[in-house]
Amino acid sequence: MFRLKLVPDETGIEFIKLRYIGYGVSTLLVAASIALFFVNGLNFGIDFRGGTMIEIETEGPADVGEIRGRLSALNLGDVQVQTFGAPNDVLIRVEQQDEAVASDQNVVEAIRAELGDGVEYRRVDVVGPKVSSELVEAGTLAVLISVILMLVYIWFRFEWQFSVGAVLALVHDVALTIGIFSLLQLEFNLSIIAAILTIVGYSMNDTVVVYDRVRENLRKYKKLDLGHLLDKSINETLSRTVMTSVTTLLALLALYVFGGEVIRGFTFAMMWGVLVGTYSSIFIASPLLLILGVKRDWSIAASDPSGARP
Amino acid sequence: MLRFDPWKITLIVLVSLAGFIYTAPNFFSAQQLEGLSGWIPQRQIVLGLDLQGGSYLLLEVDTSVVQEERMENIVEEVRSVLRAAKIGYTGLGVSQGSVSVRIRHAEDVEKGLEVLQGIASDVSANILSGIPEKDLAVELEEDGRVTLTPTVAALQASAQSAVTRSIEIIRKRIDGFGTTEPTIQRQGDNRILIEVPGLDDPERLKDNLKRTAKLTFHMVDGSMTAQQALATRVPQGSQILYQEEFDQSIPILIRKRVMISGENLTKASPGFEQQTNAPIVNIQFDSIGGRRFAETTAANVGQRFAMVLDGQVLSAPVIREAIPGGSAQISGNFTVATANDLAVLLEGGALPAPLNILEERTVGPSLGADSVAAGKIAAIIGFTAVIFYIVISYGLFGVFANIALIVNVLLIAAILSVLQATLTLPGIAGIVLTIGMAVDANVLIFERIREEIRNGKTPINSIEVGYDKALTTIIDANITTFIAAAILFQLGSGPVRGFAVTLGVGIITSVFTAFVVTRLMVALWFRATRPKELVL
Repeated sequence: MFRLKLVPDETGIEFIKLRYIGYGVSTLLVAASIALFFVNGLNFGIDFRGGTMIEIETEGPADVGEIRGRLSALNLGDVQVQTFGAPNDVLIRVEQQDEAVASDQNVVEAIRAELGDGVEYRRVDVVGPKVSSELVEAGTLAVLISVILMLVYIWFRFEWQFSVGAVLALVHDVALTIGIFSLLQLEFNLSIIAAILTIVGYSMNDTVVVYDRVRENLRKYKKLDLGHLLDKSINETLSRTVMTSVTTLLALLALYVFGGEVIRGFTFAMMWGVLVGTYSSIFIASPLLLILGVKRDWSIAASDPSGARP
Repeated sequence: MLRFDPWKITLIVLVSLAGFIYTAPNFFSAQQLEGLSGWIPQRQIVLGLDLQGGSYLLLEVDTSVVQEERMENIVEEVRSVLRAAKIGYTGLGVSQGSVSVRIRHAEDVEKGLEVLQGIASDVSANILSGIPEKDLAVELEEDGRVTLTPTVAALQASAQSAVTRSIEIIRKRIDGFGTTEPTIQRQGDNRILIEVPGLDDPERLKDNLKRTAKLTFHMVDGSMTAQQALATRVPQGSQILYQEEFDQSIPILIRKRVMISGENLTKASPGFEQQTNAPIVNIQFDSIGGRRFAETTAANVGQRFAMVLDGQVLSAPVIREAIPGGSAQISGNFTVATANDLAVLLEGGALPAPLNILEERTVGPSLGADSVAAGKIAAIIGFTAVIFYIVISYGLFGVFANIALIVNVLLIAAILSVLQATLTLPGIAGIVLTIGMAVDANVLIFERIREEIRNGKTPINSIEVGYDKALTTIIDANITTFIAAAILFQLGSGPVRGFAVTLGVGIITSVFTAFVVTRLMVALWFRATRPKELVL
């Protein structure tokens, strides 16, 4: 009977041997992401930067240059005009106004007055300075809290070595996601924070599955050296890892292609996160256990959770 | 493993059926549902503003204005009590958050302090001590000044009541628009969150919210013209306000003293002036207002009075005769729409303090509809792709997993309908994502069963061990994602929160369907066929 198997039944890939390549690549990528973040910065959306975003639909194909010219004449500061998906769909971004001079609400009125009734206003977002700084705070806090809670949960369920390994992998995933957004200068807004949190959850999910197998094998093969034991665990869970990543990616791909312009950034971040998260569980989280050292005698684990020894 | 108690089977089937029954209303229109009898579930999923279109506004009540008004009132009270007690004073004014006054003669200081103490009233009992707190702290400073400072409790209480009153007035104003089911909530100390679905003209709503709608009637100061006053000096007790007419600002000199204010209004409705047919607003005063209006008009026939709204003169007609009966007309270059709006505003009452719009998110109905359509297509295609992939990967067991997946989606939809949780576009993404991830539990189980088969276990053993050993992993793995969803729910708002809801609900239902529902199917299948060899 035919079965599609992307991963053969028995694999014996020596992941642990490849670990230095993994460390090297990841260190490089994380360093590059941090550098990009500081050099290039992120293309913050109005959620975090404040300002006004208006999506309009014109009757025919929009003349972006003409609209830009008319809006620039309004003296609203930095005005960006671009098409958004369809040729008659236009996105207008206006920077935050100096409160002493004009409110962001005046921007909407001015633009409505200038463009008149010939266009349809599909979306108007105005975020004031107070709210945007609060959103930055809440977003950062959310990511931090989630990472800390994961750390505590894994510590509680496994051992501290596991939680350190898992969290380093998480930080790696978050850094690379921010890196790609900086590199491609994709808009970074609230929904991207939601995506990052989901990536944190997903990547953790992946790591936990491998760790669970590591723990089981630690109990089963008391004499096997740790490197081989890790290899064995990764290989045993490999078909599941790939299978789940593929189904999740399939669902996300459908969203990316058909879900509309509004959530495209979100689905892009998620797809990237699934790829990076899968990679990091195999090449970062698991080999790190070798460096951190894992307690080998698990027969007393139940009675003494703190009895970790290197 | 193979033994499922009949009651367990019944329970699992019932839960799955409930998923179907409670999802069903979403496939019918509201009209179709109305005709059904009461015991059939009728709740539909609530669409978020990003899907049905509408406005989300976060407003801030500028409570500093309330405090300023309070200070001015205290100044007036100080003036009147000292005058009544015949105590001489100087230097009455507001400085650095308190009212200060100097009692002229040293022998009056004690008595003065006493009468000034009398201004203070109880705010509310302190929650901790139970002792009532005063709203004013009256103190004699070293330099001989007496200061009256509003206490923290008083400031809080007045800010609180300003926000509460603002919410009431906002509700009346929005109801005046005839929109359905607006949400108006207090947020934090001085913020108000408004969600109005399906609004045609968000700009008009915002205009109405930005207006304080403070209506006052004043006499026009006829001692000199406004031009003269501007050229020389404005007489004490009067001020210059402007009337906008035909794109011109006409200055008018009016007396500061308020004849009648909007507080004395009981009714306001749009109408037309009989002779000119121009749109106007008819107002009706309460008994106090009506009497005062009649008296003032009787005493000032031939003079002009001004109707002032938020510091702007609407019109300043000449009083031709006394107007008894307690009703009046407001005229002032209205269109039918602006007269209508003003009537709604006046009827709702004046806001205690101006509102600032901190955040606005408006989605037009067309974008909402497009998003729903796109979300549907994406969900169907994603679902189909996953189902197909599962079947070619796991064969018959894949079919079991897919049935569980369908039950899962129905359960999510049912829970959202019953809880009346809001479905947003990111929420749809959450469901699609759950579809992808829900399969994970089954993948874990099936891969485990495959392993056990390879290790030479019997079919029944493999299945048993597969389900057993995968369980802890499934729980661990899902709890981590659930933590992420919970944090998103706590810290997110609007659309993001919708995502957290579907993700969180999806995690719970997927563990149930993937672990329990498929196990039942596998057990029933196994009992029926008793395969010697397991092909997975």
